[in-house]
Amino acid sequence: MSEHLLSLMTFFPILGMFIVLLLPRNAGGLLKSVALVVSLITFVISLPLALDPVFKTSAGMHYTEFAEWISVGKYFTMNYSLGVDGISLWLVMLTTFIMPIAILSTWQAVTKHVKAYMAMMLLLETAMLGAFVSLDLFLFYIFWELMLIPMYFMIGIWGGANRIYAAVKFFIYTAVGSLLMLVAILFIYYQAVNSGMDISGFSVTDFYNLSLDPQLQRWLFLAFAFSFAIKVPMFPVHTWLPDAHTEAPTAGSVILAAVMLKMGTYGYLRFAMPLFPEALRYYLPYLTALAVIGIIYGALVAMMQKDVKKLVAYSSVSHLGFVMLGIFALNTVGVSGAVLQMINHGISTGALFLIVGFIYERRHTRLISEFGGLSTSMPVFAVIFMIVTLSSIGLPGTNGFVGEFMILMGAFQGELRWFAVLATSGVILAAVYMLWMFQRVMFGKLDNPKNRDLKDLSLRELCVMAPLLVFIFWIGVCPNTFLDKMTPAVDHMIEQISGKKPIVVPQVLPATPGQGHAAHIQAVEHGEHHE
Amino acid sequence: MYDNLWLIPLFPFVGFLINGLLGKKIRNEKIIGAIATLAIFSSFVVSCHYFMQLLDDPQKIHQVVVAKWITAGPLHVNWEFLLDPLSGLMILNVSGLATLITLYSIGYMHGEEGYARFFSYMNLFAFAMLMLVLGGNALVLFVGWEGVGLCSYLLIGYYYEKKSASDAGKKAFVVNRVGDFGFLLGLFTLFWSLGQKGVWTINFVEIAENVHLLENGGLVVTVVTLCFFLGATGKSAQIPLYTWLPDAMEGPTPVSALIHAATMVTAGVYMIARMNGLFAMAPDTMMTIAIVGAATALFAATIGLAQNDIKRVLAYSTVSQLGYMFLAMGVGAFTAGIFHLLTHAFFKACLFLGSGSVIHGMHHAFHHAHLNDDPQDMRNMGGLRKKMPITFITFLCSTLAISGIPFFSGFFSKDEILWWSFASTRGHWILWAVGAFAALLTAFYMFRLVFMTFFGEQKTAAAAKDHIPESPFVITFPLMVLATLATFGGLLGVPHALGKLFGHMPNILEEFLAPVFEHTQHLHEIHAHGSASTEYMFMSISVAIAVVGIGIAWVMYCKNPELPGRFVAAFPKLHRAVFNKWYIDEFYDAMVVNPTKKLGTVLWQIFDARFVDGLVNGVAKVVRGSGRVLRYTQTGYTHNYALSMAVGVVVIIAICVIN
Repeated sequence: MSEHLLSLMTFFPILGMFIVLLLPRNAGGLLKSVALVVSLITFVISLPLALDPVFKTSAGMHYTEFAEWISVGKYFTMNYSLGVDGISLWLVMLTTFIMPIAILSTWQAVTKHVKAYMAMMLLLETAMLGAFVSLDLFLFYIFWELMLIPMYFMIGIWGGANRIYAAVKFFIYTAVGSLLMLVAILFIYYQAVNSGMDISGFSVTDFYNLSLDPQLQRWLFLAFAFSFAIKVPMFPVHTWLPDAHTEAPTAGSVILAAVMLKMGTYGYLRFAMPLFPEALRYYLPYLTALAVIGIIYGALVAMMQKDVKKLVAYSSVSHLGFVMLGIFALNTVGVSGAVLQMINHGISTGALFLIVGFIYERRHTRLISEFGGLSTSMPVFAVIFMIVTLSSIGLPGTNGFVGEFMILMGAFQGELRWFAVLATSGVILAAVYMLWMFQRVMFGKLDNPKNRDLKDLSLRELCVMAPLLVFIFWIGVCPNTFLDKMTPAVDHMIEQISGKKPIVVPQVLPATPGQGHAAHIQAVEHGEHHE
Repeated sequence: MYDNLWLIPLFPFVGFLINGLLGKKIRNEKIIGAIATLAIFSSFVVSCHYFMQLLDDPQKIHQVVVAKWITAGPLHVNWEFLLDPLSGLMILNVSGLATLITLYSIGYMHGEEGYARFFSYMNLFAFAMLMLVLGGNALVLFVGWEGVGLCSYLLIGYYYEKKSASDAGKKAFVVNRVGDFGFLLGLFTLFWSLGQKGVWTINFVEIAENVHLLENGGLVVTVVTLCFFLGATGKSAQIPLYTWLPDAMEGPTPVSALIHAATMVTAGVYMIARMNGLFAMAPDTMMTIAIVGAATALFAATIGLAQNDIKRVLAYSTVSQLGYMFLAMGVGAFTAGIFHLLTHAFFKACLFLGSGSVIHGMHHAFHHAHLNDDPQDMRNMGGLRKKMPITFITFLCSTLAISGIPFFSGFFSKDEILWWSFASTRGHWILWAVGAFAALLTAFYMFRLVFMTFFGEQKTAAAAKDHIPESPFVITFPLMVLATLATFGGLLGVPHALGKLFGHMPNILEEFLAPVFEHTQHLHEIHAHGSASTEYMFMSISVAIAVVGIGIAWVMYCKNPELPGRFVAAFPKLHRAVFNKWYIDEFYDAMVVNPTKKLGTVLWQIFDARFVDGLVNGVAKVVRGSGRVLRYTQTGYTHNYALSMAVGVVVIIAICVIN
């Protein structure tokens, strides 16, 4: 069982998709239930990964699977090669965790073409999971492109008024990037084949050992970096995001924000950076500058938005800027913080999109000016909205704080100190745009008669939010659950990228006498590299 | 021995959960109030227990690690607590005052909508504040730091339907975030610079042990401490970030008493005292702190002169008194600063609760008479001393304390600060002069308040006049306790010069806090020209100043009540500037807020929509346009295709031939 766990997990949703396709078209509730159950089972299948202690000590790939797939002599070989390490582990878990929530959120929102919608959702899940667990670059590319199709239809068919523009923009933007990446992938492959290296298909781990000419590296890196930058999205190629988010149906926005954007940051971490370390070193200051501009730019633009959903979309640009900054810090604190922040953003921003969905379903508008005083008519909703807002602002005790703090602290330790100083100002701006929005939507007098009789959250909606709230506090108070299993892989990755061992300092116990016995916490470090 | 320290913040947290989750179901005001009061009272009892234990313990510094929090690379952060004399005093102060004020709120908030919400927030605040003072490392402190900020935001905006209230809450949060920006930068710099020396820590005890690794007076410590100080100016409402505190008076009065007078706003002072070893290494920062403190003390006092809203006067007075505490920190008189923090907590909490009692009475009367007059405007009051005797007496005691009348608590603490601001090695006579002048203004505006409210003719509208009741016991009891503390609390820190006169009375506070400030004792050395006789002289000057201030207030507001009007008529511009708080809010709006908004709009509508999307859509248009043009070549006629094929063949052959 465990040797095929990843395959089972990845393809189970597609299996579910076929079941959905066999069901009658008008069986709305049944279709949704089947999709929900399938996504729940997928989550259960993935659960052993999260519980496996092996990631605490080992940085390598686990649950690996390998099979030859396409082989055209020595001209083209690609394999079916899967595996997870401490980094992709959490992105996989995030995906399987978010999917049931996203499906549950569509219960009342989606009424037309339910069958197609559910099929798309499940297909999308397979594509996303596949991309996170692929160890063959070509296989990754297939999943990467596969993701585009269901999302394109979700925006284009079930989206808002301007959906066609948004869908096409989303598709073309991403496709342009992907094509460049495809060229680069093929180029590396033939470079490797011609150099006589013993490679197994498009194996990423083999490519890591490839020594490429620095000038060449720069071009290849640019192709990858551009493709992933669009997906993240980094400034200035972010303009597809507000449109796609605003037009996409709620579940689409949730998945887009929670998982698909992480494809870009993951791509940097797994492919672009370790494959071309020298090119990275050359471009690092520029990329970091873009990340920091993204943080501040996204926040400033978010502040002035009139549409709640667009505001959240721009806040994503800002938050993803933080993630990129953490990755570019290239030290344990920064990169771990970034990976944690990927999960945090998935949870918090996912929750924000769900919240926007709740009020949209009630009022069929997302304009901030249409609201005001909702706290009076929807008190439970107000509390939940407040918690999620605070998590997005990064209040200590919530998940957002731990991620942001680690990223900034990591960035501050590296060469990027001044960038970190600038980025820290994003902390102020985040409070401005989120609290201002919250004030205009929730506080004030309930003077718009259309808002007077809004119903508070239903049980189903509470069920949608509850797991997210649990993780907001869990990660905020006890992030080590996640960090412990991530750090070995992160350290390994940093070594791969920078060629230096990251600093690890064993914990020093508080030295004052008279302390309680509780102070004697075992230092469980995996290295003693001291600088 | 101290393993269960976590119980102290736990109790109010449980209270918060109960009232927050079940408050709507409980409904009964008495039960809700009792739960909240009991929760915080339990934590007061536990605090007392540990405080007593600490008194008897020769070892004064104790750390308790509860669990690991963040572990990655060199960063190790625990959920840990630190109990030493400083945090010991603070937990008593916080939990004790919170108990009294929560009790008071049972009466004050009677009949308010969102009763349970109020009490759950109050408990949450107590939890966060206790985390702040007990935090064993900078990050746990920061949890409390942001937590109290959140509660402040929620409680200022308690009447969220009022735009001014939710605006004030947001302003408080955002301005505090500017301070947090400083705090975080300070923390990053400190962690990194200590890390360069091989010590990766944010634990307070370890920081104190290792600060000597950094260059004394060097750039690094200066930057670190200045950043932390920026954080302190946000939380403790100092120049330039003080503007949120007066607006914070939108919150219910108990909130102003607990959060915006007695506890939260002193967090900045506490934080500096907590890291006194670090600050002492940066003389430039210390000087900045002293100057900012003195300037704030004076500046806020001037604004306090002209306000008519009883709570606003007290708010500016708080800003001003906090300035004194920073002045003390800046000249290295940490004990004096903490002493003033404590006495100020007593008398200012009492003043706010007293004003609350007045407002409560006025509100009751106006409500009875169906009038819409402002119950907080002192021009509607006057002569209340007969209507509300207990409120009056307690209020008077606290006012005497804040004015610095001998043997009331404020006399000792303020005088000690003024003395050190002159006599300490880091002191200067200008600092003393500014502080002394501010003390004159303080005595004046406080007695202006007392005279306008409790003396003279009753100016309340006739219909409401006879319906102003004394507040119920649940309100007057905390007033009496606090007034007692405000009167006698000064005995904790009788200065040596005076102690000698009374047969060697010790300075209890100084001795108790000595282990916390042992590394910075050297700052506490008296300057060459400081001697006991000079100290007596300064004391007399202080007393004289206070009496003069009170005298002027008496002349202007009791003897010749038309004088203030004549004064305003004589200097209309000056009065308008003072009344409008020197237009600082307008200045910030024009310089920071509006440009930022404008920048956001420009980036969005010009850069995003026109430039980037213009480019993207432009490319799309070119592709579509060229497709439209090239389409004409696809005619569908065979002979057209044959022709182009023939041309192609000719061209290829030509190329081959030429090559």
